[in-house]
Amino acid sequence: MPEVAKNGLELHDVRVRLDGRELVAVDLTIAPGEIVTLMGPSGSGKSSLLGHICGTLPDAFEVTGQVVLDGRVLDGLAPQDRHVGILFQDDLLFPHLSVGGNLAFALPAHIKGRAARRARVEAALGSAEMDGFYDRDSATLSGGQRARVALMRVLLSEPCALLLDEPFSKLDSGLRSQIRSFVFDLCRKNSLATLMVTHDPEDGAAAGGRVIELRG
Amino acid sequence: MLRFIPILTIVLMIGPVSAGLIGTILPAFGILPALGGTTPSLEPWQALVAQPGLGASIRLSLVNGLIATFVSVAIVMLFCAAWQGTRTFHALQRILSPILSVPHATAAFGLAFLIAPSGWFVRVVAQFTGWDRPPDVAIIHDPWGIALIAGLVAKEIPFLFLMTLSALPQADTDRTAQVTASLGYGRVAGWFKATLPRIYPQIRLPVLAVLAYSTSVVDVAIILAPTTPAPLAVRILGWLSDPDLALRFMASSAAVLQLLIVIAAMAIWIAGERLVAVIGARWAIDGQRFKQDGAVRGVSAVMALVAAGTVVLGLVVLLVWSVAGFWAFPDLLPRGFSLRLWARELDAIGNSLTTTLLIGIPAVVIAATLVLACLENEVRTGKPAGRRAMFLIYLPLLVPQISFMFGLQVFFSLLGLERTLVSVVLGHLVFVAPYVFLSLSEPFRALDPRYGQTALCLGASPTRVFWQVRLPLLTRAVLTAAAVGLAVTVGQYLPTLLIGAGRFATVTTEAVALASGGDRRMIGIYGLFQMVLPFAGFALALLIPAVLFRHRRGMGTQNKG
Repeated sequence: MPEVAKNGLELHDVRVRLDGRELVAVDLTIAPGEIVTLMGPSGSGKSSLLGHICGTLPDAFEVTGQVVLDGRVLDGLAPQDRHVGILFQDDLLFPHLSVGGNLAFALPAHIKGRAARRARVEAALGSAEMDGFYDRDSATLSGGQRARVALMRVLLSEPCALLLDEPFSKLDSGLRSQIRSFVFDLCRKNSLATLMVTHDPEDGAAAGGRVIELRG
Repeated sequence: MLRFIPILTIVLMIGPVSAGLIGTILPAFGILPALGGTTPSLEPWQALVAQPGLGASIRLSLVNGLIATFVSVAIVMLFCAAWQGTRTFHALQRILSPILSVPHATAAFGLAFLIAPSGWFVRVVAQFTGWDRPPDVAIIHDPWGIALIAGLVAKEIPFLFLMTLSALPQADTDRTAQVTASLGYGRVAGWFKATLPRIYPQIRLPVLAVLAYSTSVVDVAIILAPTTPAPLAVRILGWLSDPDLALRFMASSAAVLQLLIVIAAMAIWIAGERLVAVIGARWAIDGQRFKQDGAVRGVSAVMALVAAGTVVLGLVVLLVWSVAGFWAFPDLLPRGFSLRLWARELDAIGNSLTTTLLIGIPAVVIAATLVLACLENEVRTGKPAGRRAMFLIYLPLLVPQISFMFGLQVFFSLLGLERTLVSVVLGHLVFVAPYVFLSLSEPFRALDPRYGQTALCLGASPTRVFWQVRLPLLTRAVLTAAAVGLAVTVGQYLPTLLIGAGRFATVTTEAVALASGGDRRMIGIYGLFQMVLPFAGFALALLIPAVLFRHRRGMGTQNKG
């Protein structure tokens, strides 16, 4: 793939409708490394918007507008070809794979060789301060560890943009600020255009970027 | 490719049923060129009407089918109402699931050995009354068909129970029970007033399948039903197997009549549903609380336990008979035990087990592949199968086997596939696939869709997501569905007999063939061997995921089968 300009994530007048009712309408551009927060009550179509951006929204929704990532139009592309990562409020680690297996699942196939792939995964674990966790059963991790593995898994898939769907709402309040700064730091470090939806004002404040309020 | 599989599956279900029905209806009106029937006529019907005791046969089929279905549904509903969410409920759930794997014929033999005049129950009574010979009454093959009803009820309760169980979560039943209790309703009344109306639509198709089965059953009826006259389906099989080929015409019209009986039974059932709905709608809002329902709860538990206990005890008595030496009345146990018959039959049993697997494994593999492909297609297109598609998949279970199996045999012989493994496997597939679908669709659809979405967004192709995420997560559900499918093919009597034209001797055809001989030791052996494969299947379905994921604690909760 030729080197493309990193323009970030552009949402050109994107409107999501269900049964004729408009759920959400946005028009914004998120620069690489910028974190934009969408605030709104539940049922305001925030998750549907994220589903549309990553390509997993069911056909029943009508969507108009254009989604562009680093100059590429995403509309019509299959989810796996979009390079858009997503984190949900549940970590969704695959319970049938080890911690290392979860991370290796996300690592692109162009990194070849068992040793090289393992080294990449080990390095990712190291950067999350989880050295030696490769063979651990993901079900034995603590909540904070699971959240960190989930983030490392997305980052290893080399996304160009990251979507956060209320990612911290299920964490203990003590853990929440720690995981927040872990996630936001890595988003900036990796120059990811990041779109977060939440109904927790503290999330938006901690992200330190633009906060957009959606109507209910 | 994937998107054509649902159509292919429906064709494989509907095709044999329609071909079979056409192949039955034409001879019923005199048309069967292979036997010289070229002009339409009503002769087969005239011959049928002239058969002695036809009215009694029809009555037996219709009334017994309706009663057996009603009693099974009533016991299951009452038990769920009385015990849902309690420890008793979960205990019975654990007993009933393995009972589902007991083939109908095995359960029927076990029941026969328990309640026959020289059976265990009478022997126990004889200990106190001092009888030295069995009472001279027809308890099995009784003229009212009560033994047949009992045999059907004992075997249909586990099926309906498990179907209800998978419908319960969709009605949010635990919280509904809390609400009705806090409003002052007794457990049973609360359940019938608030939960039943929400789950009945979900279990309606399985109930109708039970009704169709009970109204047209052959193997259980051969073992337990009255013989003079027998229920219609048993007599049809007799006419079909008669060396006088001319009887095939009359048998065909009888098979059409059997279909009409099943339709009539369904019409009566549906009318009953309407009536209950009207009365129930009034009853639900009349404010009666029925707080004192201890007696009802007790009775329902006893009935469910008796049903489950009968099947289990029946298996035990089969085992005892299979190794019995001399066993005089009224002794509770044989004087001696011997493995002589087991040793003698070992080769023959090995052969019939091999034949059973030869038919069963392809049928199960094809069924599981089709069902998985249909469900995967649902996920990828985001469109779940509609009610109409579900009805089509169920169709083979709603049409009496005897009404289309003979016609299907005629159809296969037209294709030159008569008496081949291919045709027998296709015949079995028609019944295996719906049950595999029933068993697998709920866990497949219940799998959190975000696993798949996450994997896609990590850059995995849909194919990879299926093989590396969805399928491993559903290991136990898939294996359980395969075990259900295996139990279904092992239990098939008519399709094996009619389509295989006697060429394929499975454990079930052998066992049912022994019924008329009355050699209890041989019946014990073959009855138990019918159990071996289904039981092994369910054991593997538990064992394989446990070994495979022994280091994955999260798979225990994730992977409910």
